[in-house]
Amino acid sequence: MPNTRIRVPKTAKAGDAVEIRAIIQHPMENGFRLDSQGTAIPVEIITDFTCTYDGGEVFSVKLEPGLSANPYFSFYLKATKSGPVDFRWVDQDGTITTATEQLDVT
Amino acid sequence: MIKLSRRDFVAAAAAGLAAPMLMSGPARAATAAKVVVIGGGFGGASIARYLRRNSPDLSVTLVERDKQFTTCPFSNGVIGGLWSIADVTFTYDSIAAAGVTVVHDTATTIDADKKLVTLGGGTVLQYDYLVVSPGIQFVWDSIEGYSAEAAEIMPHAWQAGPQTTLLRNQLEAMDDGGLVVIGVPAVPFRCPPGPYERATLIANYLTQSKPKSKIMILDANESFAKQPLFEEAWENLYPGMVEWIPGSQSGIVMSVDTASMTVSTSFDDYQPAVANIIPAQRAGKIAIDAGLDAGQGFCSINPATFESTVHKGVYVLGDATIAGAMPKSGFSANNQAKACGAAILADIAGTEFSPAKLINVCYSFAKADYAFEVVDVFEVAGDTINLVFDDNRFTPVGAPDEVHQTEAKYAHSWYENITAEMFG
Repeated sequence: MPNTRIRVPKTAKAGDAVEIRAIIQHPMENGFRLDSQGTAIPVEIITDFTCTYDGGEVFSVKLEPGLSANPYFSFYLKATKSGPVDFRWVDQDGTITTATEQLDVT
Repeated sequence: MIKLSRRDFVAAAAAGLAAPMLMSGPARAATAAKVVVIGGGFGGASIARYLRRNSPDLSVTLVERDKQFTTCPFSNGVIGGLWSIADVTFTYDSIAAAGVTVVHDTATTIDADKKLVTLGGGTVLQYDYLVVSPGIQFVWDSIEGYSAEAAEIMPHAWQAGPQTTLLRNQLEAMDDGGLVVIGVPAVPFRCPPGPYERATLIANYLTQSKPKSKIMILDANESFAKQPLFEEAWENLYPGMVEWIPGSQSGIVMSVDTASMTVSTSFDDYQPAVANIIPAQRAGKIAIDAGLDAGQGFCSINPATFESTVHKGVYVLGDATIAGAMPKSGFSANNQAKACGAAILADIAGTEFSPAKLINVCYSFAKADYAFEVVDVFEVAGDTINLVFDDNRFTPVGAPDEVHQTEAKYAHSWYENITAEMFG
């Protein structure tokens, strides 16, 4: 299971824009590099990252081989109601990694 | 060899004893040429002394804001309590005694077309050759909540002097069991191994005086200079005391709050007892104001002569430059000063200048009698500076105690020599 880190504020006022951060430890091997023996290193990347807030999608990215290792996203979310903020990374082979944090809106 | 004074030489030449070509322009220009040096650190102090040593009649003016200079090299030893701030602080008296006109003022503008430097006090200096060696300035807004005022509470101690003493005092006042955080910016920054040497020497102090304390290095980078040697020292000398967190593991310091003593990375908040926050850096103010960085933050130079690629007749040294593989170190600046000085003297004399190899030797201490080094040789390659060899650069990992003890002696010897060359 890849190592992920997420940052969601515990509480927010309704209407506030809160900063969300998420990172996954991943080599994002682009498939164009050679190892020390001259053999091509096979491509190994995350292909999709999505964030949902209380079940609705708020952020979605399609990742390509040009992205560097350990992709890190930071974005703002408009706090409207209390609910879970869910993160989902999909590997090229279909492996799904998830993380979640509750955001309480006062 | 018979020693001729310049007066005797000119008289002899005038009497037709010397070849007529020696009487032409360049020889006369040598006595009239004016060199102005901005900044009295490792680059500026070194070139001022170099020029006077090799051309005793040359007019050299050194513009330096401060009356004394505290070296960044060896200042981690002050923070770690190995020696005092007075041991690493020098005056400009010997530089003045060597015939350099030392002006304590701040250079505010450079007019590269008219070859004029204006100082804060209103003085205008005319130059034929200008050497800009201003060191670094901090990019305060690289960390949210950080500023010159915040640095009075969370010191950077990355320009040696009062900030060095402040950090030392905070460590002395800290209770046993306290957390010390060192925030490291993304490269390039002044003294690449510096943050890690600092952590090591603080660990040396805390092990002796406050052994329940902990040090966390919050690093924007994924690896660091002399990493295996530092990690070996941490494991053997200060086990469990130093923790290094790379950028990808939430090591990047994003914001600080001095009121609550909070240091925040991408995903974590820390409440250290002592916070040493080193912000991102760029070339000193005068270099940026004069446009010498061409918007890059640091200054492009001709790697053989250190002449600016932006303005002719203006040379840039040390931390303010983009010098290829050469690190931003006092040793580098001193070495670059000699290459640049030789280029300027050759230009004055109208002779051919051939670039020499450049070197950098950098010692790091782990305790008073334990040090290790990296030794690098560089050469000009096209428009950059490359390493000549990339093996056997470091003190080996697993070296016996005697090697580390000898390295510590070499380090002191180097420091005494380089500071004597500049300030002695």
